[in-house]
Amino acid sequence: MKTREMATGQDEGNGTPASSGRSFAENQRLDREPNPLKATARDVCVFYGEKQALFDVNLDVEDRSVTALIGPSGCGKSTFLRCLNRMNDTIAGTRVTGRIELDGRDIYEPGLDVVELRARVGMVFQKPNPFPKSIFDNVAYGARIHGLAGDKSDLEEIVSTSLQKASLWNEVKDRLHEPGTGLSGGQQQRLCIARAIAVSPELILMDEPASALDPIATAKIEELIDELKENYCIVIVTHSMQQAARVSQRTAFFHLGNLVEVGPTEQIFTNPQDQRTLDYITGRFG
Amino acid sequence: MAGYAFLAIAVLSIVAYFIGQSAGRRFQAQVGREVHSLPVYHGAFVAVWVGIPALILVLLWLLLQGMVINQLLLASLPDDMTNGVSSARLSLLLSEIHNVAAGRIFTEPSPAIVEAAERYAVWERIARWAMLVVGLSAAIVALFVARSRLAPRFRARNGFELFVSGLMIACSVAAILVTIGIVASLVFEAMRFFAIVPPTEFFFGLNWEPQMPIRADQVAGAGAFGAIPIFVGTLLIAFIAMLVATPIGLFAAIYLVEYADSRVRNVVKPLLEILAGIPTVVYGFFAVLTVAPAVREAGSAMGIAVSPNSALAAGGVMGIMILPFISSLSDDALKAVPRAMRDGALALGATRAETMMQVLLPAALPGIVGGILLAASRAIGETMIVVMAAGLMATLTLNPLDSVTTVTVQIVTLLIGDTEFDSPKTLAAFALGLVLFVVTLSLNIVALKIVQRYRESYE
Repeated sequence: MKTREMATGQDEGNGTPASSGRSFAENQRLDREPNPLKATARDVCVFYGEKQALFDVNLDVEDRSVTALIGPSGCGKSTFLRCLNRMNDTIAGTRVTGRIELDGRDIYEPGLDVVELRARVGMVFQKPNPFPKSIFDNVAYGARIHGLAGDKSDLEEIVSTSLQKASLWNEVKDRLHEPGTGLSGGQQQRLCIARAIAVSPELILMDEPASALDPIATAKIEELIDELKENYCIVIVTHSMQQAARVSQRTAFFHLGNLVEVGPTEQIFTNPQDQRTLDYITGRFG
Repeated sequence: MAGYAFLAIAVLSIVAYFIGQSAGRRFQAQVGREVHSLPVYHGAFVAVWVGIPALILVLLWLLLQGMVINQLLLASLPDDMTNGVSSARLSLLLSEIHNVAAGRIFTEPSPAIVEAAERYAVWERIARWAMLVVGLSAAIVALFVARSRLAPRFRARNGFELFVSGLMIACSVAAILVTIGIVASLVFEAMRFFAIVPPTEFFFGLNWEPQMPIRADQVAGAGAFGAIPIFVGTLLIAFIAMLVATPIGLFAAIYLVEYADSRVRNVVKPLLEILAGIPTVVYGFFAVLTVAPAVREAGSAMGIAVSPNSALAAGGVMGIMILPFISSLSDDALKAVPRAMRDGALALGATRAETMMQVLLPAALPGIVGGILLAASRAIGETMIVVMAAGLMATLTLNPLDSVTTVTVQIVTLLIGDTEFDSPKTLAAFALGLVLFVVTLSLNIVALKIVQRYRESYE
């Protein structure tokens, strides 16, 4: 709790995007209390056809915090992320073994409704992918298909709160019925975040959400992630180690399909236990 | 003789190529890398110079030779045979001379004609030899000119490039000219038709009986050229075809893109493409021999009178014919929707059907509509199936169980049998053709515009 208060205080003091990521030490203090676990992965292996992409991954995800997955390209971090909402199911020939629990329930058990799971686990992709619909309809889409809104005013309420949470409201409130594809890249990505939030997910997965954006839009997204972690559990895949350091509380380093090391972000970046992690964060490969 | 001329020019061009190439090699040996172009280009440059001008010269010669000789022949005939005679008569006279010269004698020719025929034979022989000589000397002169231009720094490569682009321009101009020619012939013949039958009657008349007598001894109707029943019949059959093809094609595409696993897709897609490869005449007898009797029997079993060549049978079979069109164009349109769009919807917890109906279909809609319009223009212009399976009588009806006729069927029947190229019966075919052309062209343009705009938005 102490960390969070400090963090909020810092945020109010500095509104500018560049300084919004707080200083390293404040954000990733080792002595902060761990949150309860949201998701746990045990011995997770993923196969694409004959090829094994992930080897026995064991990872705990804390609630109301940001977990960053880092590692060189092709290390399996996105594959692991996509296991958490079973998006890997949509790729033919993919097989997942092991056990992934969300709030204590196995998400790969046979009777589970994938559609319902994905309503609980939101996802934001690398490239902004708004639907070719209006801004309003983009955000309202999930609420509509899941029947979250009783009537029109409910729906409007959901759309406006989601856009506010995604810090996009002020920019689009006068043009909600223009197409979402007409926004700038950074705005589109925040629209996609609003779209994910509108379904009230418990866990939000972000697959390199800022890699297609310019530095200013990236700073806005990072600021947003920081705010969102007050209410949501977030897992983010990122290529940028600075980004992981700025936004996450825990960091997991993947290499060649193995989870090499996981721990508080400060520890991973200042005192890694594994030689491979050290080599990666000091830029010797990747 | 023309054949020998072409052969000689070809041989000379090949020889010229090797002369140019060896010159290029010599330059390389002399100055090494300083040579501007490769020996191949030196060769090609000389070959083009030798071949093309000579070829054009010979072609022009062939085109003009006949005309010049004919003029000379007419001038050499006794005055009383040519003075004040109509041009039709003159051309008859000329063809008689040609026939006599070729030994095809039908009636005893007059001495003047026989004399002319002898002159004709002599002149023709001279002309042919002259053509060969002129063509070859042009080629040889060109060979020396081109060879003298070759030098180590000569830009043979660029010169050949110029020729290649010129060749491409010539080909595309030829295609455009042919199109313009076809359109012009349609337009002019249609204008002659509209000079006889007023456009108001053609476009708004309800009665179509074009089989009017073209000889005095024929018994036929007076002729009526109101095309509305034909237009309605065409649209009725095309509509039935679209009614069959659109849902089946679209749903097949959706199934193949979104639901089928790769094994099913690998079997079903080629099968659908086989449908596109069936000749339309085969569809035609499928319609006549199988579908039409089946429809008729089904009708009589239910106590409904069905015409033996009902619009339903023809339209239904036509629908099967254009089905692969719609399914493959829809397939392309759906596949062109970025995968991210689908992932986005699925990740929000949409089912596959919801993703398809609410995200993928709207995103692909312009492409699908474009495909449907292309298929519609195809259905309207389709000939063989309807010639075999649709009726000939122009009945004004919307009943799919009745027999109707289409624009294409009428064009075929109007131009079959006794025709005379200034009777409205024959000219009507051109007017119908023009209407058909305008309709399918505009459908194609609209469809391509839609497809194009849609492509731009995702690339």
